[in-house]
Amino acid sequence: MNDFSIQVATVNGSGSQSSNTVLMRSIFQMGIPVSGKNLFPSNIAGLPTWFTIRANKDGWIARRKEIDFLIAMNAETAREDVMNLDPNRVVVYEETLKLNQYRKDLTFFPVPFAKLATEIISDSRLRKLLANMIYVGVVGELLEIDPAEMEVALTKQFKGKAKAVALNKTALEVGRKYAKENFDKTTVPYKTQRMNATKDKIIIDGNSAAALGCMFGGVTVATWYPITPSSSLCESLADYMKDYRIEKDGKASFAIVQAEDELAAIGMAIGAGWAGARSMTSTAGPGISLMQEFIGLAYYAEIPVVIFDITRVGPSTGLPTRTQQSDILSLVYCSHGDTKHIVLLPASVSECFSMAYQAFDLTERFQTPIFVMSDLDLGMNNWMSDPFEYPKIKFDRGKVLSAEDLKKLGSFKRYGDVDGDGIPYRTLPGTNHPAASYFTRGSGHNDRAVYSERPDDYKNNMDRLNKKYDTARQEVPQPEIDNAKGATAGLLAFGTTHFAIIESLDQLKREYNMPVSYYRLRAVPFTNDLIEFFEKHDRVYIVEQNRDGQMEMLVKLELPANLVGKIRSIRHYSGIPIDARFVTDELVAAEKGERQ
Amino acid sequence: MSTTMQPPAASPKHSNRLGYVTADYKGADSTLCAGCGHDAITSQIIKAFYEYGVEPYNVAKLSGIGCSSKTPAYFLSRSHGFNGVHGRMPALATGVLLANKQLVSIGVSGDGDTASIGMGQFVHLLRRNVPMIYIIENNGVYGLTKGQFSATADLGSKAKSGVANDLPPIDVCAMAIELGCNFVARSFAGDPKQMVSLLKAALGHRGTAMFDVISPCVTFNNHDGSTKSYKYAKDHEELLHEISFVPFFEQITVDYAEGETKDVELHDGSHIRLRKADKGYDPTSKAEAFNTLRQCQESNEFLTGLIYINEQKPDFLSLLNMTDDPLATLPQERTQPSENDLREIMADLM
Ligand SMILES: Cc1ncc(C[n+]2csc(CCOP(=O)(O)OP(=O)(O)O)c2C)c(N)n1
Ligand code: SF4
Repeated sequence: MNDFSIQVATVNGSGSQSSNTVLMRSIFQMGIPVSGKNLFPSNIAGLPTWFTIRANKDGWIARRKEIDFLIAMNAETAREDVMNLDPNRVVVYEETLKLNQYRKDLTFFPVPFAKLATEIISDSRLRKLLANMIYVGVVGELLEIDPAEMEVALTKQFKGKAKAVALNKTALEVGRKYAKENFDKTTVPYKTQRMNATKDKIIIDGNSAAALGCMFGGVTVATWYPITPSSSLCESLADYMKDYRIEKDGKASFAIVQAEDELAAIGMAIGAGWAGARSMTSTAGPGISLMQEFIGLAYYAEIPVVIFDITRVGPSTGLPTRTQQSDILSLVYCSHGDTKHIVLLPASVSECFSMAYQAFDLTERFQTPIFVMSDLDLGMNNWMSDPFEYPKIKFDRGKVLSAEDLKKLGSFKRYGDVDGDGIPYRTLPGTNHPAASYFTRGSGHNDRAVYSERPDDYKNNMDRLNKKYDTARQEVPQPEIDNAKGATAGLLAFGTTHFAIIESLDQLKREYNMPVSYYRLRAVPFTNDLIEFFEKHDRVYIVEQNRDGQMEMLVKLELPANLVGKIRSIRHYSGIPIDARFVTDELVAAEKGERQ
Repeated sequence: MSTTMQPPAASPKHSNRLGYVTADYKGADSTLCAGCGHDAITSQIIKAFYEYGVEPYNVAKLSGIGCSSKTPAYFLSRSHGFNGVHGRMPALATGVLLANKQLVSIGVSGDGDTASIGMGQFVHLLRRNVPMIYIIENNGVYGLTKGQFSATADLGSKAKSGVANDLPPIDVCAMAIELGCNFVARSFAGDPKQMVSLLKAALGHRGTAMFDVISPCVTFNNHDGSTKSYKYAKDHEELLHEISFVPFFEQITVDYAEGETKDVELHDGSHIRLRKADKGYDPTSKAEAFNTLRQCQESNEFLTGLIYINEQKPDFLSLLNMTDDPLATLPQERTQPSENDLREIMADLM
């Protein structure tokens, strides 16, 4: 009951997205926690795609590897999809595919989708779309999803399009009726039953959540270049800003520009940050590679800019539509020379929201690029969440001197460390005072921003930048630490692995009676309690989604030598989101090995 | 921050309409080679900004990387300057103006900076019509990296070592016109009068004002056989017209016989007055601009003057429909939607 996963195997571009959303939403509306993940190809139409819905009464929303209920609509992959199932699972499929010939240990429900759709409408394009809604009806009947909720979800999906609503309703009904008349639903071991775990919850993808965070964080300039999986961030931002950031006279309190490439996107964002705007760009790995030179300039010249990296699988073009956490090192040390950057690591859609607006305060406060590293899984998939809380903060615009300040001070040192925190003061172009102007450059400069190749000027500046980075340790989002009672092993993770990990910790406790502590990093640079965590535990498993253990390398650099030996590593890097069972199995095997 | 400036209380004797003296428009001492064309251009920028009466605090001066790109440090020390990365000043300038549309922006670039590494950004700056003055200090070589040919070096032009350039040049003026740039001028560092008039006209123009200025590199490209030397430029210069500038704050008085001059009204109400040379060139005609550029290239003439102007096209910032105040300094009340707005968005996601 309320614990199963449904997978829809279709073809990219076949219009199944609406149907899948309706299916997911109607379960959600019955009060059952759900999550949806889209595994899609880097292609517009014609290649296989899988959408997985996980319903779980305990609220686990990470990916679950095992599929309970397959809807096989794609002839090309149908056989493989069926062969991959565990025994005793259920398959709904297009009758003509004759999938029941392949396995004896599954329950099959053949549906003549094409034929049923033809009976509703003659238009061949619409027929295909309606076939998708028919499977939603069939599944609804087999899983006992409340028909009223399905109607609500459908009306919401096709909001304002009366004709589409009517047609799709018919398709839903046709599916339901066919299932009722032809199948014995008691043979299906999975069922939905109304519960009350989703009241007041929202469903949103990470990129839209981040876009909202930017808007409520007062972003004024956003410049970007399209790339999967980050495009939807700025696209969604543009949509929201049109609705909420147009002033009474019809004019915009923002500028969003699609640049000609990433070099221009970051350049514009840096130019705007220099001139005082809350500015940002968003991209993925290949874009970060291109932006490196400019990011080094922003670091050294101390210019605020927020950069979202919605990571995908690298290296190179990699797997553009699959997920990975493999840009960490290239962000922390982005660009040539001695650079290091602040990187925020959201794990949930609500952190995408909150870290987005925090990033603008941090970048202006520290006058340095702030990265927000999300990934495809978080950015493009739909996640259930509590509604976001309004950021009741006064924007921190950082150390900006006005003409009035300068009148009192008489002069200022652009790169001087007045407050002992490593953070200098700046003035904005256009400030009406003779002492306001300074010259920004990526070449060596003294504390008055004058060109200098003097060794002491260079070193002083670099040391101050280091001090600034140390100041930031206490002001970046702090880690969440859960020290489990009696735990000798700990887990350290960040970002989207979070949901798999909390589920795994539960499995470890229930199935193996193994309490494990959890340290969730929320930003780089690290805080001192990282060392404490290592001191408290005999072994710390760093879980991450990349081949080389990039976070492990960073942690190693930070730990005193006597603690480095405690590091263990769990890595998942197939491009598919990590799941709880994987973490549990790896950890249990490793722990068993330790005891031998 | 305020962007509308008050001129100094008492105007000194030799001061402009805002009460500033020439010294207020100067910058740090130049560290370029003595005699470098870039320094001549610097002087002309100082003169033009002084004479036009630009509020120095209100200027953002930007550049890429190269000898030419160092020059913003040598003028307008009261304005903020930004020496960015090689070839990518256009993006920085665009961003600066997005953040504060009230700034007057001037960019200085080199021929390497613009026509090689920065070609992509240059093209898109023009295509967007970002309102700024964009100067290419064109010496046909890379100065700062010691004399390699740039993409504007003429075919057959000789390097100091005697090696001839075997690739055709990119004509940045023809390209700019093609890309929709509405103010395209070519000038010569050795002709201060023309340059100053053109610069003042550029200040009155709304959109990108592009200058290709032949600016000889005395160290690496001023020898015989070079087509970007002082001597070559002087010998081959072909003036399109004599240019004078009538600012919006001065009365226009007719002092030429009809038909001898052509007046073009600029966006800010100033006039640029072109005294016709023999040819009677019309800089408002795109076709004529293209033809003349091509003819001069074929006959190895070096054409200077206002090659093309169009005062009708909207600039990039107007297209964005931004609020009149600079985005950079909008208060939180204007950039953060309300709690109710968030509640409404959340309800829609439930
Ligand atoms: C990414 C990058 N590549 C190369 C360089 C080296 N570099 C510095 S200046 C320059 C060329 C400058 O030539 P130009 O723009 O014509 O200016 P000039 O020095 O002649 O005024 C080059 C290639 C650099 N600074 N950055
Ligand atoms: S090397 Fe050439 S371009 Fe550079 S400063 Fe000297 S003369 Fe000017």
